[in-house]
Amino acid sequence: MRDALPEERLIGAITRLILDPGKRPARHVAIGAASPIPAAASYLAREITGEVRVSVLNQRRGNPFTNGTGELFDLTAEGRIDLFFLGGGEIDGAGNLNLVGVGEWPGRVARFPGSFGSAFMYMMVPRVILYRFEHSRRVLVPRVAYISAPGTSPAGVFRRGHGEALVTGKAVFSFSPEQARFRLVSVHPGESAESVRAATGFDYDMAQPLAETADPVPEWLHLLRGPVAAAMAPTYPTFVQRIWPAAEMARSA
Amino acid sequence: MRILELDRLAAEIPAGAMVAIPPDNSATCAAFARALVRQGARGLRLVGVPVSGYATDLLIGAGCVAEVQSSAVTLDEAGLAPCFTRAVKAGQIRMLDATCPTMHAMLEAAGRGIPFIPIRGILGSDVLKHRPDWRVIDNPFQEGDPILLLPALAPDFAVFHAAAADRQGNVWVGRHHELASMAHAAKRTLVTVERIVEGNLIDDERMAPGVISGVYIEAVAVAERGAWPGGLLDEYPDDAVHFLEYARLARSEEGFRAYLARYVLRVTAAAAE
Repeated sequence: MRDALPEERLIGAITRLILDPGKRPARHVAIGAASPIPAAASYLAREITGEVRVSVLNQRRGNPFTNGTGELFDLTAEGRIDLFFLGGGEIDGAGNLNLVGVGEWPGRVARFPGSFGSAFMYMMVPRVILYRFEHSRRVLVPRVAYISAPGTSPAGVFRRGHGEALVTGKAVFSFSPEQARFRLVSVHPGESAESVRAATGFDYDMAQPLAETADPVPEWLHLLRGPVAAAMAPTYPTFVQRIWPAAEMARSA
Repeated sequence: MRILELDRLAAEIPAGAMVAIPPDNSATCAAFARALVRQGARGLRLVGVPVSGYATDLLIGAGCVAEVQSSAVTLDEAGLAPCFTRAVKAGQIRMLDATCPTMHAMLEAAGRGIPFIPIRGILGSDVLKHRPDWRVIDNPFQEGDPILLLPALAPDFAVFHAAAADRQGNVWVGRHHELASMAHAAKRTLVTVERIVEGNLIDDERMAPGVISGVYIEAVAVAERGAWPGGLLDEYPDDAVHFLEYARLARSEEGFRAYLARYVLRVTAAAAE
């Protein structure tokens, strides 16, 4: 079988996080306006366990939100979503996310699209995995210019969970809400402790020993290139054509 | 209920009106936005439900917009919304940032005729810090539980696109029930549709759950492929190539003028497509 592509490695790393036996089971994973990588990881988790429901906000065929786009937030408010993905224009070492901008409010120096549902979802979903492909000092900053969604909250503020990990194009970090601090857990092939440190604007702890991010096992690659690609194709056609062109051709044949 | 030509429908919107519109993937009123540009609309206060994209960016670029209230303005896969980004950085529009469920909740409150609505989360976000119209109170039913209250939001207009309307003004929106919530909240609702159908949509038990009653609908215009370049239900997918073309052209003032000339000003919406 063809070796894992970089995208497949990222997907596999996120799937391992979703299926982490030390965490509350992710029975219902929702996908917002996030990149297709978290969606693929969620579909892979579904294929592996047969027990993960994946609800994609922008799903083109059979969209699960039959009560409108606001239903995602109603489900979340009730505690019916276990795991969600967020990113940000800026992410800081305390897990704060900035999706608004930089400079005088509302973003006179740099303007990002906006907070989307982050200010709500980050606090109301028990498990959140942060995903941002760009790993640079521009994105991973010591302190965000603005907080779209806070990494932690003071005692007494209703909050179901926190970020539990940050996956980038270079590495995987875990997050401790008690310390409001990241820990570098693994670096992707071709990266090192030094290259990650050089590209990260915030301070963090290091796991000892530091692992290399593992490739997906062959069975996972098989699932990705078959049923996961097929499930993704209607909603993420560009991504599927780029990563799994053979699967896309088989589907449309 | 009145059935009007598209440009007559757009002429219902006066300068300075607050207009709620859907995002690009939710039956957006793209043809209507182009009609607003053609008639030189001014001072609009747009409301993204819960975010917004092409229509908002186009109207900002054409100088039709004074204020945007939204959780984001984005062209999704095609990247940042260029005219929006330029206008915010230059301070040319007033931006009222929100977060998605607050947009839904504020409209829900208006649709139920109540003055405010509580919502979880959001405490500690700078979005809240910049919304003096939002209030944190102690949960009156449980001590030591701070919770956010949002005021009801009743836009002057809700505008969206739909697959079909009947002559009683009933409009079929499929599973896009957020459009119903927009129509319930707004003082007036204008809709573009792919087609007018005979009979009564509400008589059909299978259609009725996806129908917004004509009670809420003031006027309708036929605009075939009216969501384009957005998609519509299972009728047509979004036009990713066109979104990329728009994003590329709108990156410069000159490119944006060329886009307007080619797709908006001198041609009817249908002919451009």
